[in-house]
Order: sequence, then structure tokens, then C-alpha cells
Amino acid sequence: MRWVNRKVGRTNAFIMGAIPIVLLMIVYLVLAGDRHAINPNDKILPLPSGMVAAMSDLVTQPDRLSGDYLFWSDTLSSLTRLFIGLGISTLSALLVGLVLGVLPPVRATFGPLVTGIAVIPPIALLPILFIAFGLGETAKVALIVIGIAPFMMRDIAAHIAALPREQIIKAQTLGASSWQVMIRVALPQAMPRLIQALRLSLGPAWVFLISAEAIAADSGLGYRIFLVRRYLSMDIIIPYVAWIALLAVAIDLLLTFSSRRMFPWAHGGDR
Amino acid sequence: MSALLSLRNIWVEYGEKVVLENVSLDIEDRSFVSIIGPSGAGKSSLLRVVLGQEVPTRGKILLDDTPLPPECGPDRGVVFQRYSVFSHLSVRKNVMFGLECAQAPFTARLFGARRRAAQEEAEEMLHAVGLGDAMDLYPSEMSGGMQQRLAIAQALIKRPRILLLDEPFGALDPGIRADMHALITRLWHDYALTVIMVTHDINEAFSLGTRVLTLDKRRHDPHAPHRYGATAVYDLPLDRKEKPADLAADAAQSPGGNVDAATASSPSSITIDKDHNN
Ligand SMILES: Nc1ncnc2c1ncn2[C@@H]1O[C@H](COP(=O)(O)OP(=O)(O)OP(=O)(O)O)[C@@H](O)[C@H]1O
Ligand SMILES: [Mg+2]
Repeated sequence: MRWVNRKVGRTNAFIMGAIPIVLLMIVYLVLAGDRHAINPNDKILPLPSGMVAAMSDLVTQPDRLSGDYLFWSDTLSSLTRLFIGLGISTLSALLVGLVLGVLPPVRATFGPLVTGIAVIPPIALLPILFIAFGLGETAKVALIVIGIAPFMMRDIAAHIAALPREQIIKAQTLGASSWQVMIRVALPQAMPRLIQALRLSLGPAWVFLISAEAIAADSGLGYRIFLVRRYLSMDIIIPYVAWIALLAVAIDLLLTFSSRRMFPWAHGGDR
Repeated sequence: MSALLSLRNIWVEYGEKVVLENVSLDIEDRSFVSIIGPSGAGKSSLLRVVLGQEVPTRGKILLDDTPLPPECGPDRGVVFQRYSVFSHLSVRKNVMFGLECAQAPFTARLFGARRRAAQEEAEEMLHAVGLGDAMDLYPSEMSGGMQQRLAIAQALIKRPRILLLDEPFGALDPGIRADMHALITRLWHDYALTVIMVTHDINEAFSLGTRVLTLDKRRHDPHAPHRYGATAVYDLPLDRKEKPADLAADAAQSPGGNVDAATASSPSSITIDKDHNN
């Protein structure tokens, strides 16, 4: 049978997906074991026991200076920034994308501006944001928003503009005004796409979050990673990175799940 | 003048390209006009102009002797070959859409008693088109024929003055198509509709229509094919009751009943009063 025609069942897919991950872990353990056999104090490839020891302080012990449980307060500040950034981006993408997509005069007026902003590398704007908003939370959230909102706006606008012309015409022959076309035809059909765009933006959003935290912050997952880097504390960096990956996957799964629940009509094809 | 819809010297041009030239038509109330013609003749363009989706470059259109606004509106319903139902709404809500838009300008949604009334009206219409058992399905769960039934129900709920159909049954298999012919004929009677239907199926054109129009180019410049546009070259009124069955059969001589340039411009076996409307 040709490979293009081979179907993979659920259980098999799970096992097959796990194999490379497990292999990678084994390779890591073997390498780490080798290095520790030569030098028991090796810092570059810490063993799981070392990571647990290093992390347990951060997870279960309050910090002596601030009294915070650092791992949890880092997670909380990062997720807060991330969610505010994602929330603002999603809302503005929906609003701007909707009017750009449905109303040709608005598209003609603001389309080039959105495109222009979208092509600027957001990191290049970071100094401006720090100067404008100070080193506090606003600049970090603003970086996420500037980083992903223009992409999402363009994506939603393009998706709406590509709705079959027949549908828009049909709605008008059923008596719909521009406003009614917007809220009853374009908006609901933009929603699954919005979740899709959000999922795709999640990666860049994390990049901008970590970058902003690396440069100026006093808490946050990115801040911690870049702080302990000075001491070569791979036993903290690796668990933090794994934790970020886990959070990212969880958010992604949650978005996929809610899209299927809320917009079953948009997922008819893949059931 | 008893014409419901009048086209006066309509021209449709896209840049250099003349698509329709000098089309003048009067369409009676409650007539069923079939439009045939070769591909690219401008049948859909004519329908778009009547619909208000496009503005003719010259000429004017009168509905009940008043000029049509250059925009689509609820007085003209439409069913396209595809994409004319909302994929994000269930069958019932697809039909309710027209009622909700009219009654709730801001939210476009109805609540309470008004919602129940709209729902009942929609369900009645769905029963009329034979979708009584499919109210809660989404369009993606239905066959092409069912989607077209839905599109028709959706349009009829607004009681349009004119129903415009652009190859509405073109994508359906012959069996389903026959069912749809029966349906549209019944609805045309029951709801006293005025219908303009574009089709490639000459059988369909003759068996459903009370009048068959053929759009084609009258003149042809081989060096500049875009120079001349199409117009109504044949305009054949049919009296439905006395319509000879063999006329439709003769007209459908081309394989599959499809009209192409050759059969449309030289129908050998039909006697037609050429340029009827000029
Ligand atoms: N927006 C447009 N811009 C330029 N040319 C167009 C446009 N729309 C249609 N045309 C041209 O107008 C001509 C008529 O198109 P139209 O769709 O009305 O033909 P039709 O008779 O419906 O054909 P078919 O039977 O294939 O549906 C075609 O040659 C087409 O290329
Ligand atoms: Mg066409």
C-alpha cells in the first residue's frame, strides 16, 4: 500500500507520536549519564535528580527576599502578560478584521496601514515601547500585541473578504443591512478562523513575551531563565523550558477543543 | 403598461469588453422566463444587473415603473448555483434569517413570541419545499439538492417580487433535477411568483418557462471578439397549456440537452419569430 494511503488509528498514533520524544529523552539521559560519570558536578547536562533538587526549592520554598514561591509567581506573571496580550490582540483582530473585511471603503483606508505595521519586526520596536511605556508591564504586553495583532487582523480581514460573494449578496436580498451582514454573516464565520489565527500566533506571542522579560523584568519565566543563565543553571533552565512547552501545548489543545465545541459546523469535514 | 420589470437599452461593459449590448425586455408579472445562451454570453451578467449586484453601464431598469436602486434588496430574491446558503446556520435558522433582519434591525435576532412566530413561518416554508425533516441539520450535512431547496425556501420567505435563479439545478443529477422542477413549478403556482431562470439545460428552459430568451452575439468581429456584446436574439413566448411536447424535445437535440453556441444560434427545428422584442 502506498504511504499516502496508510491510515493510522488513534492508539497507534499516540504510540508513534511518543516514540521520537521518548528516544530523545533516552539520548539525553545517556549523554548526561556519560558526562556525570566523568565529572559528577557537570552543569551542562543535569540529570533528572539534579533538576528535581534545583526546582523543588523554587516550587515549594518561599523566596527569602520576596516571600514568593518563585516558580509559581513566575508562571503567574508570564501567563498574565501573555493572556492580556492575546486578549487585546484577539479582540482588536476581530473588530478591525471585521470592518476591513466587510467594508471596502474602510479596507481601502486602513488596509495599507495595517500591512505596514505588520511588516515591521516587532523586536525593533521594543526600545520605542520601553521608552514610551517605561519598563513596567505595559511595554511587555504592548510588544505581544504589536507582534501578533497585525497578522491576526490581516488574516481575519482576508478570510472575511474571501467569503463567497454569493453569500453577501444573498444576505442583502434577504434584507440585511451592512451591520446585519457584519454581525450575522461575517462575524460568526470569522470566529473559527480567529481561533485558528490565535493558535498560530501563540508561538510568536511566547517569543515576544520571553524577549521582553529577558530584557527588563523582575519576574516571569523568561526573566528567570535569563537570570540563572549567568550561573549556567541548566537544572533550572531545562525544567522551565519544558514547563513553557507544556503550557503552550495545553493552551493550544484548549483552543482546538473549544473551537470544535462552539463551532461544530466549521469542523464538519474532519469528523 | 403591465410589465413588472422593464429593462430599457441595457449595456454591460467591462472595460473594453462589451458583454451585453442594448438589451430591452419587458417581463410580465407571474411569468417564468428561461434564459439560455452559450457560455460567456452574459446570462449571469444580465441576472446580476437585475439583481442590483452590478450597475449597467448604460440603460435603466424599472420595477413597477420605478427605477431600481443600484443595490440588492429584499424585493428580488436569488438562488445561485452554489454558496447561497449560510454554512454556519442550521436549516431552520437559514430561513429565519430574512425574518430576523427585517424585524430586528440592530440585533438581527428575535426573542420570545416573535421568535416563535418566525420559527413557525420558517418551518411552514421548509415543509413546503420538502425539508420538514431536516430543520436542525447544517448545510454541510445535506446533499446538493437539499441545499438548493433550502436556498429557495430562504428566498421565498421574503415574498420577493421577482425570483432570480442562476443555473440553480446545474450541479444536480437528473433524478433530483426532475424533483426540483416539480418543486419550482408548484411554488411558482402557489406563491404567484415571477421567475427569471438562467440555465444550460434547454429541456429545462422549455418545460419550465412561459417564455424562453436566447442571449447571443448578433454581430461578431473575428479580430476583436470583445467589440460586440450579446443581446436577446430569440424571444419565444410559450403558452404552457398548449405547448407541444415535441417542441421541447426537438429543442433538446444536442446531447444532454445542453445548449452550446452552435445550437443556440441555429436552432434548426424550432420556428421562432426572430427578434421578437424589437
Ligand atoms: N467582473 C468582470 N470583469 C470582467 N469581465 C467579466 C466580469 N464578469 C463577467 N465578465 C465577462 O463577461 C462575460 C459574460 O459573463 P457571464 O458570467 O455573464 O456569462 P454567462 O453567460 O453567465 O456564462 P456561463 O454560462 O458560463 O455562466 C464573460 O466573457 C466574462 O468573461
Ligand atoms: Mg453564468
